[in-house]
Amino acid sequence: MVKANSSPVAPSKTPVMLGLIAALVVTLFVYYQVFLFLREGTANPWIIFIVSLLWGIGGIWLLFVLVTSIVDLLPGKYRQGIMPWVFATPALALVFYYLLIPTFRTFWLSLLDSDSIKFVGLQNYVYAFTSPAMLESFKNNLIWIIFGGGLSVVLGLLIAALSDRTRPSFEVSVKTLVFLPMAISMVGAAVIWKLVYQYAPAGANQIGLLNSIGGVFGADPVAFMIARGINTYLLVVILIWMQTGFALVVFAAAIKGLPSELLEAARIDGATELESFFKITIPYIQVTIISVTTTIVISTLKVFDIVFGMTGGNFGTQVIANEQYTQMFRSFNYGRGAAVAIVLLIAVLPVVYFNVRDFGKEAKGF
Amino acid sequence: MIGKKRKSLNVSELSPTSKFFVYGILVLIALVWTIPTLGLLITSIRLPDDASNSGWWTVFTGNTNFTLQNYVAVLGTGGGEASNTAGTINLNQAIVNTIIMAVPSTVIPIFLAAIAAYAFAWMTFPGRKILFMILVALLVVPLQMSLIPILRDYRVLGLNGTFLGVWLANTGFGLPLATYLLYNYIVTLPREVFESAVIDGASHPVMFTKLVVPLSVPAFASFAIFQFLWVWNGVLIPLVFLGDKQNVTVLPQRILNMIGIYGANWTLLTAGAFVSMAIPMAVFIGFQRYFVRGMLAGSVKG
Repeated sequence: MVKANSSPVAPSKTPVMLGLIAALVVTLFVYYQVFLFLREGTANPWIIFIVSLLWGIGGIWLLFVLVTSIVDLLPGKYRQGIMPWVFATPALALVFYYLLIPTFRTFWLSLLDSDSIKFVGLQNYVYAFTSPAMLESFKNNLIWIIFGGGLSVVLGLLIAALSDRTRPSFEVSVKTLVFLPMAISMVGAAVIWKLVYQYAPAGANQIGLLNSIGGVFGADPVAFMIARGINTYLLVVILIWMQTGFALVVFAAAIKGLPSELLEAARIDGATELESFFKITIPYIQVTIISVTTTIVISTLKVFDIVFGMTGGNFGTQVIANEQYTQMFRSFNYGRGAAVAIVLLIAVLPVVYFNVRDFGKEAKGF
Repeated sequence: MIGKKRKSLNVSELSPTSKFFVYGILVLIALVWTIPTLGLLITSIRLPDDASNSGWWTVFTGNTNFTLQNYVAVLGTGGGEASNTAGTINLNQAIVNTIIMAVPSTVIPIFLAAIAAYAFAWMTFPGRKILFMILVALLVVPLQMSLIPILRDYRVLGLNGTFLGVWLANTGFGLPLATYLLYNYIVTLPREVFESAVIDGASHPVMFTKLVVPLSVPAFASFAIFQFLWVWNGVLIPLVFLGDKQNVTVLPQRILNMIGIYGANWTLLTAGAFVSMAIPMAVFIGFQRYFVRGMLAGSVKG
C-alpha cells in the first residue's frame, strides 16, 4: 500500500484537483453532446457553422487548459512525463486514425474480395498490375510525371532565371500572373481549358481558341478530348499551367539567395550568361530543384480532378487515382480499389524513405 | 513579392538584344498564362447566343454585347429568361456550403498542430524522434489510402454526408503538413527566450500560450492559406464523404455537375466556374505573402 503523504497530489492541492477533474468531466460531456448535435446536422447551416467553430476552437482550447492545469498539479516527475503527451497526442491520434492505420487497413482490404468478405490473396493485385485499364493508367501517369512534372520544373526555372534579370515591378507582375492559377481549383481549370479545347465540326464557327488558331493556319478542327494519343498531353498542359507558378516562386527565391560574388567572379573569368547559369546557378540551387521536383512529382502522381472533370478517364486518358475512384464508387469493388490505392503508396515509398532519412537535425527540448 | 533583391545584377548589364529577348519571352509567357482565364471571364459576361456562335476574342473586334444575366442565373437571385432555362442552379446554397466546409476545416487543425509542433520542438519524451518521422513520412502518403476504411467507419458512426465528418477528415489529412510547417517555424524561435522563461518558473502551457502563440502568427497564417485553398478547391473529399445531396454539395461538385448537364451552355458554365474561383483568388491575392512564405518553408528545406 502507498502511504497517504506519498500520493501523487499534495493534500492542499486535492480540492483544486477534484474541482478541475469535475470541470473536465462536464466539459467532455458537453463536448460529446455538441458532437452529436453537429453529426445530426439538421439545424440551420449557419448555426451549425458557428457551433462548429466554438466547438473546434473554444472547446479544444478549454480541454487543453483543463488537462494541462490538472497535469501541472502533479509532482515533478509525473508532470514531466505526462505533459508532452498532452501536447502531442491530439494531433498524433487524428493523424494515426486518418492516415497511418488506414494504410494497413487498406492493405488488408486489398487481399479481400469486392465486398470485403472472402480472402482472395493477390487476385486484386493481378488486376492492379495486368488489367488493360491499369496498364493504360501506368502509361498515362508516366506521361503526366515526365512531361507534366518535367516541363513545370523546366519552365519554372527558365522564368525564374529570366525574370531575375528584369525590373522588379515587371518581375513581380510576371510572377503573379504565372502564379495565379495555383489559386484555381482543378475543376475550375477544367472549365477554363474546356473552352480552349472546344471543338465544332468543320465549317461551323470555332469557339475554342486552339481550333480557331489551327483554322488560321488552315488545319482541320480536331475534337481534342476524344483524340487518342494527344488528349492526355493536352490534359497535362493544364497541370503545367497550374504548377509552374509553384516551381517559379520557389526557384526565384533560391536564385535570389545566390551570392553575387560567385556570379561576378565567373563574369571576370569570361563566362557567358549560359555558362554561369549551368555551372553556377543550377549547382547552387540543386537541393531546391530536387525538392521542388519531388513535390511536383508526388502531386502529379495523384492527379485526379483534371481527368475526372475533362474526360472521366475515357478515350485512353485513365490515370491511377481516377481508376481507384472508379473501382470504389462506380464498380463498388473495394478489393480492387484498395489494391490500386496500394499501388499509389508503393510509388511514393522512395520519397517517404528519403524524407525520413534526410530528417536528421534534432533540437534539444526542455 | 519575395525576399530581398540582389543589387549587383540588373537588366542594365544585358545587351539591348538580350534585353529584348528576355522581356519578349516573359511577355509571351505571361500572355499564354493569362489568356485562358481571360477567355473564361469574358465568356461569362456574354449573351448565350453570342458565346455559342462566336469565339470570345471577337469582343475585341466589335462584338460587344455584355450582360450580367449569367451571374444572376447561376446565383439564382433573379427571374428572367436565363434563369428559366437554367432551372435551379442556385449556387448560393453551394457557396454557403463551401464556406461552412472550408472555414472549420482550416481553423481546427491549427491549434492541434501548434501544440504538437511545440511538443516536438521544445519538449522531451520517449519516441519523439520516431513519431515525428512517422509524421514526415505521412506527408506524402496519398489520401486515397484512407478513403475506403474511413468511409466504412463513417457509415457505422453516422458521419457520412455530414459536415462534421468532412471537417474531421480535412483536419486529419491536413495535420501532417500543418505540424511539419509549424514545427519548422517554432523550432527556430530563439532558445534564450525559452531558457529565461524556464528560469522564471514558467510551465510549458504558459510558455506555449504566452510566447509561442504570439510569435507564431505568421506561420499560422501561412498554413491557414494553404489549407483553405486546398479544402476549398478539392473535390475528392466532398465527393466521397459528403455525397451528392443538394443541401450539402459544395462548389467544385456543383461545377462538375454543371460540366455534365450544361456542357454546351458556355455562359452558365463559365459564370459558375468564376463564382467558384472568386473567393480563393481573392484570398490568394490578399495573402500571397504568407502563402509564399509557407511554401518556401515547406519545400526549401535548409
